[in-house]
Amino acid sequence: MGIWFSLVAVAALTLLGLIGANVSGLNYVFAVVIPYIAIVMFIVGIIVRIVRWASSPVPFRIPTTGGQQKSLPFIKQNRLDNPSSYLGVLGRMALEVLFFRSLFRNTKAELKEGPMLTYGANKWLWLFSLAFHWSFLIIFLRHFRFLTNPMPFFVPLLQDIDGFFQIWVPLVYITNIALVIALAYLFFRRVFDSKVRYISLPSDYFPLLLISGIAITGILMRYFFKTDLVAVKELMLGILSFSPSAPSEALSTWFYIHLLFVCSLLIYFPMSKLVHMSGVFMSPTRNLANTNRMVRHVNPWIDDLKMKTHTYEEYEDEFRKVMKGAGMPLDKEESHVS
Amino acid sequence: MSLKMKPEELAQTIDYKPPKKHWLDVKPDYKKGTYNYAGNPESIKYVHQPNPRKWQPYEEDWKLPENWKEIILEGFRERLDKFRSLKLFMDICVRCGACADKCHFFIGSGDPKNMPVLRAELLRAVYRKEFTLAGKLMARMAGATELTFDVLKEWFYYFYQCTQCRRCSVFCPYGIDTAEITILARELMNLIGVNIDWVMTPVANCHRTGNHLGIQPHGFKDSIEFAADDLLDLTGIKVDTPINKKGAEILFVIPSADYFGEPHYFTLLGYMALFHEIGLDFTFSSYASEGGNFGSFVSHELMKALNGKIYAEAKRLGVKWIIGGECGHMWRVLHQYMDTLNGPADFLEVPKSPITGTVFENARSTRMVHITEFTSDLIKNNKIKLDKSRNDHWHSTFHDSCNPARAMGLLEEPRYILRNVMNKFTDMPENTIREQTFCCGSGAGLGTEENFEMRMRGGFPRANAVKYVAEKNGVNLLTCICAIDKATLPPLLQYWIPGVEVAGIHELVGNALVMKGEKERTTDLRNNPLPGKEVL
Repeated sequence: MGIWFSLVAVAALTLLGLIGANVSGLNYVFAVVIPYIAIVMFIVGIIVRIVRWASSPVPFRIPTTGGQQKSLPFIKQNRLDNPSSYLGVLGRMALEVLFFRSLFRNTKAELKEGPMLTYGANKWLWLFSLAFHWSFLIIFLRHFRFLTNPMPFFVPLLQDIDGFFQIWVPLVYITNIALVIALAYLFFRRVFDSKVRYISLPSDYFPLLLISGIAITGILMRYFFKTDLVAVKELMLGILSFSPSAPSEALSTWFYIHLLFVCSLLIYFPMSKLVHMSGVFMSPTRNLANTNRMVRHVNPWIDDLKMKTHTYEEYEDEFRKVMKGAGMPLDKEESHVS
Repeated sequence: MSLKMKPEELAQTIDYKPPKKHWLDVKPDYKKGTYNYAGNPESIKYVHQPNPRKWQPYEEDWKLPENWKEIILEGFRERLDKFRSLKLFMDICVRCGACADKCHFFIGSGDPKNMPVLRAELLRAVYRKEFTLAGKLMARMAGATELTFDVLKEWFYYFYQCTQCRRCSVFCPYGIDTAEITILARELMNLIGVNIDWVMTPVANCHRTGNHLGIQPHGFKDSIEFAADDLLDLTGIKVDTPINKKGAEILFVIPSADYFGEPHYFTLLGYMALFHEIGLDFTFSSYASEGGNFGSFVSHELMKALNGKIYAEAKRLGVKWIIGGECGHMWRVLHQYMDTLNGPADFLEVPKSPITGTVFENARSTRMVHITEFTSDLIKNNKIKLDKSRNDHWHSTFHDSCNPARAMGLLEEPRYILRNVMNKFTDMPENTIREQTFCCGSGAGLGTEENFEMRMRGGFPRANAVKYVAEKNGVNLLTCICAIDKATLPPLLQYWIPGVEVAGIHELVGNALVMKGEKERTTDLRNNPLPGKEVL
């Protein structure tokens, strides 16, 4: 159900892109107006999300500890999986965000005859997720050659590294291939792993298909249906310098579809699970040091909790007789409650 | 306690293939042996919680207040504003499924709603419906659902099939913590009086008498003195039994099962022998006679109220600092919550071992030290004499209790002690220990008789790992530092791998401890003959 819904949604966007490209009166809307809307919705949306999260306090310090705590000098602390300093947390977060440390731990539980449970290493999800995210990032950065003039220093650098194998003209980029393979893995894993299919929502398939659409149209434009890159760059520079010109006739239909997909992703991003991009930085089980017994963590609403501790006085009042009988020390010989 | 199904038969009922039907259409089946009984109204009344009444989860009518939906949704909104964790965890899950087979209840039951991701989705579906635009507009397509009685029934079933062990959180790429989600879901249900008795009655007992069994002060004193008498028989030494002693240097807080349950009791003997041997100036408290905090299984408010006794008592008695005994979730609360809930403990001093002079820098704010930290420091500084051979009848392995492992990182201290008090120690396979440890399957209030089948299922991964080292290495003792473990691992092992016993770390310390002036020991603390001292 979710798969079909997502496929139809992406097909509808494709159709919309076709219309935008071929109905000349709509060119301006699709090449200029929609991108502006998308950029604004993306930036505002992400800010709103972060502010919304940040407006709730972190009431308790609850890091998930993934290794030995700092305790006695002769016991070796695991500074990255159980950090007790700012630097350690930075390291833990860096490992998490850049290399998906937690996902790297992934195992696969199997029940065998016996009964016997085994937990084999299962790094595929880690590998393809990492390939997907890094490729996507590098491809995005490479696109700065269309977005700024002159292009930033890192673009040629990335192009050189990414095109390392020097095959085909134009050069085949490793990240293009990696992105497509990783997307295919992530999508078919959702479809064919019965457990993952069971938990999947339309909103899990849709972004995968949408990003696949972006990747495929991009690759088609680069290698097969050449589009006028000068016209593209002119358009993008116009948009980003807030002086958009009328879109050139030379822009191809593929470009319009590609651009609409990208705009859809920007709009969809802040209102979907894709906000994990910014959310991961705020996760309290990862971004806090395990200094719980060293430094007091203050909770702004702790005094709102109404129920009071049953006091020793109340306790002694209730049990004074038996305590006296047992020869236990008392604070008061007699109750003040009559 | 028993289960008719044999272990092999139970294993055969486990099928990891999810059903055809969409999860939003599958209703929970309150099958006998897989859920807990409802909270006793008297207990609920005693701690002033909402809607005390007689009801049971298998009944059609839960006798909910008329506006129960509004109460829950209002409570939900309030908690979203109070807990960034909740807001974030509702929003950022990508359903990658990495957590799916990390949950002991999923591994042991195959029920897809025991995959941590779906457990949380039960809450998220309502969150989307009520608090997001997409959920309001697209309903089911956005994975949103209205809060109905059926949804509530699922919440009750599955949030009381989570032991807040946090294993899934270790594997989650965003650190989503199901324990946090479960605590808050239980807190929401508690607003309309939907809770379980093995949480609420212990809470009421702790509130009143200081411990979850409801033992009154003189009963507490009797138990401690009884233990001293046993130690006299075993070692020939009469140890002190200070209770509520003002001006003692250290307050010692233990889980109440230590003085009332077996095998916990042997750990108590170990603590008392050790403290006597090193001449520690300490006191027990009858008022704060429970380190465990059943409040943490149902709401932050109750957790705070119960936890408050420890600092209050430390202040009243005028001690300098506090040591805490072997208990799992007790240490989650002491380590991650106490200072925030009831601190600052500025009336105490930074803990410094009077025996070794070691300052426990890692506890410089809460001023409370874990007993295994304290003891490993004694051993490292050669302050106690240990005869490892007195534990030669045991070959042990160590079960990392969930909370000290994943909410503290107390991994090496107990192992360091074990290696110094016994000759034979073997760890279980690496995917089942330390931060990846498997729960006993009975924590967070689920250790009841009526929930026995689910406990055997949830404990299956732990028991299976024990079986592995028992068969491969000859392990015959599972050690742990948690009172719930000590209560629930014995029946678990009895079911899955009979013949392996359960013990606390300080029982083995007590066995190995060579005390000044002791008589020749012929038995261990359990009164079993020591190796080479068997009477033929």
